[in-house]
Amino acid sequence: MSLFDLIGNDGIVITNEENLSIDNALDLTCSTLIARGKVKPSYADAIKATHKKIGPYYVLAPKIAMPHARPEDGVNETALQLTVFKKGVDLGSTDNGDVYFSITLAAVDSDGHLLTIMALSELFQNDEDIEKIINAEDKVEIIKVLKKY
Amino acid sequence: MKKILVVCGNGLGTSLMMEMAVKDVVKKIGLDAMVDHEDLSSATGSKADIWVAAADVAAQLKEAGKENIISLVNIFDKASIEEQLNTILND
Repeated sequence: MSLFDLIGNDGIVITNEENLSIDNALDLTCSTLIARGKVKPSYADAIKATHKKIGPYYVLAPKIAMPHARPEDGVNETALQLTVFKKGVDLGSTDNGDVYFSITLAAVDSDGHLLTIMALSELFQNDEDIEKIINAEDKVEIIKVLKKY
Repeated sequence: MKKILVVCGNGLGTSLMMEMAVKDVVKKIGLDAMVDHEDLSSATGSKADIWVAAADVAAQLKEAGKENIISLVNIFDKASIEEQLNTILND
């Protein structure tokens, strides 16, 4: 079991788009989760609504975001989506700057995903692997990194 | 024993990550402390000796009248956690 098992080949999005709005960027970070039936569209709406209320709560560190809402906001099945913003996206975090790497977390309950959180926490603290993912030319390079966690 | 409460916007994910980082620091400096996490809405009615939160939530805790708040820009920054914790403990 690795992070890749929760993301899958279809759960990786690499975008070269520039000047994305916050809503469009957040929609993109949920796009494959919705397409794969892991969450309902209401999940993306909940993330956007929380952002409007309290700001970019999901920007965790420089370059890194983890958009997430609550299980009752429309999670069907625990899953992750990985999104790389090649040109960076301004999600409004004055302290941490533009986001290049995002992992959307969809969990069916707040306790059962502890191992996933621990693995993500480890990945987010490995600058070298984060750079590898951001600079990856294709999904194969990203998958190689994900399988380590 | 000190009670340290880690707080995030919706109590899912982010606070758990911060809780793990805080526990690492507590262990490293050998502090006798209990670390737990809560979401912001329930935390406003809770009591703790020390609070930990990302910068935006930390500002809201301060507004709610909480004291001894560790405010983090990068939630994985253990050096910053340790520095702010030491400042509070030596106060």
